[in-house]
Amino acid sequence: MNQTVEKVTDQLNLGQARRGTGKLPRAMTFVAVAIIISMLLILAVNIGIGGFGVLSWEFLTSPPENGMEEGGIFPAIFGTVFLVLLMIIFVVPVGVLTAVYLSEFTQADSRPTRLIRIAVNNLAGVPSIVFGLFGLGFFVGFIGTGIDRLVTDGGRPIWGQPAIIWAALTLSLLTLPVVIVSTEEALRSIPKEMKDASYALGASRLQTITKIILPQAMPGILTGGILAISRGAGEVAPIMFTGAAYYLPYLPTKLNHQFMELGYHIYVMATQSPDIEKTKPILFGTVLVLLLLTFMLNFTAIYIRARIRTRRPNV
Amino acid sequence: MTELKFKPKSRLREAIGEGFISLNAFAALIGILLIFVFIFKEAVPIFTDAEVQEEASVSKMIFKQQYYEGQKPKWSWQPNSDVPKYSLLPLFLGTIKAAVIAMLFAAPLAVGAAVFSSEFASKKMRETIKPAIEILAGIPSVVLGFFALILLATFLQNVFGWTFRLNAVNAGIALGLAVIPIIFTIAEDAMTAVPQSLRDAAMALGANSWQVSTMTVFPAALPGIAAGVVLGFGRAIGETMIVLMASGNAAIISVDPFVSIRTFSATIAAELGEVVFGSAHYNVLFFIGTLLFIFTFAVNLGGELILARLKVKIQGKMK
Repeated sequence: MNQTVEKVTDQLNLGQARRGTGKLPRAMTFVAVAIIISMLLILAVNIGIGGFGVLSWEFLTSPPENGMEEGGIFPAIFGTVFLVLLMIIFVVPVGVLTAVYLSEFTQADSRPTRLIRIAVNNLAGVPSIVFGLFGLGFFVGFIGTGIDRLVTDGGRPIWGQPAIIWAALTLSLLTLPVVIVSTEEALRSIPKEMKDASYALGASRLQTITKIILPQAMPGILTGGILAISRGAGEVAPIMFTGAAYYLPYLPTKLNHQFMELGYHIYVMATQSPDIEKTKPILFGTVLVLLLLTFMLNFTAIYIRARIRTRRPNV
Repeated sequence: MTELKFKPKSRLREAIGEGFISLNAFAALIGILLIFVFIFKEAVPIFTDAEVQEEASVSKMIFKQQYYEGQKPKWSWQPNSDVPKYSLLPLFLGTIKAAVIAMLFAAPLAVGAAVFSSEFASKKMRETIKPAIEILAGIPSVVLGFFALILLATFLQNVFGWTFRLNAVNAGIALGLAVIPIIFTIAEDAMTAVPQSLRDAAMALGANSWQVSTMTVFPAALPGIAAGVVLGFGRAIGETMIVLMASGNAAIISVDPFVSIRTFSATIAAELGEVVFGSAHYNVLFFIGTLLFIFTFAVNLGGELILARLKVKIQGKMK
């Protein structure tokens, strides 16, 4: 404490000449906030106005027609839901168990923990297009072609081609950090007394994890899952080469089918359309649907997380 | 006495269960190793295969090349021409231009907003600002790309009348919107992590709130703010959909911010779909991917090191 005071005194003496009231900086930094929020509003309002007129039950439930200039976006919605559900099946168990390992099995400064943590943080920073390259090279090219070599005798590839399962696996690697971080936060908020009580009653570590820790962490796991869906539903770069298709006349029903997806559909309509003015209403409508979907998911996640925090203020 | 709730179970089951959990924990580590191995693997022919090197060796990607007789040597990216040209310089310039413009736009706004949120805002205001930033972070990049392509580009061209409707500035601003939440969150965390005792000490010595912010909080949090900016830059370099849609995708050598650009990430996204499997072009695209991976990996590691040190420093002070 003494040192702190000394240090602060030093700093104050050095800067004695600069004596502002703080009104100007307050105003300037407020302008920064205002600019950010107004850009957010401009974006939301423009897309809202452009897309609202298009939204209808029919738009959501019918397929695109006439080169995507008419009709709806049902196949894209179906593909997106199918994709993120598959992704969730892969990513949630792995992510949750990783978080359990990090918080229950090892010390915070042990070597495996540090290695895993570095990997998780760096995984979160890998550009999404690199995930796309990886998905193509590893899942489609290596795993898929490998399976084909085992089950088929040459001929047409069954698994060694872009497919919804490869896209979902690629996305699950991309969203893994989201689930891990969110679950870890939930695990940290569980009172130590509960674990102690469990061990005192003779429970093993595995029993404590499955009967005490995981049920307590459920809201946090849910938050992680929702955030992962929200992130996964919006990513385009990782799926463009691993399974997404411009247009398909059928809905994907098997794991090795290609699929249409909302984000990719937006990209295709915005950049490859022969007549952008004719596509525009549907384009705005699709953007609005994707935006509403991610907003709703994020709001739910923020809400659940806020509730966890108020319930346990010591976090 | 009531029966024990937990019955002891077999050791084998415990061991299997714990082993399974430990195995899962290494998924992220294995994942990141696999990413590197499988992307680099497809780039290897550039270094080993003489046939590929004929078209695209490392020196051909870096230095000026004379592609046609009688013409001056130049840098050019034209992989699909009769004489394929794989110079990375135009793409490098485009990538840096977009990222720098994004940072010039995003860093002041994000740091400013973080200072306001942590130093000046009332609790109620903070509870509006932070979710708003989270919403911004949640907007898919394809939506930001759409926004820049359809709305922002038209607006900017109507106001400034640039020759290229899609250019580095247009892409940079949209990219900035994607980067703002990253810088804001890290900078805000760093400033709120400055211990209250430091603020109290400054107050007690007669500093007003402005002096507390500028002379104690800001210097203490500066490494954290710097880390936020560094990590934001890493994201700006790797972001794909925004630049793919909003930058014009023309590989032009120029430092003018108002001409179209083509970035590394957008090049992969635009060309991988049509490339011949195993061709030199294919290898070069994976090579670009390797470069992106290594660069962002280094940036992330650097940013994290700064943050980890800051944490130790601030927590050390509290003792």
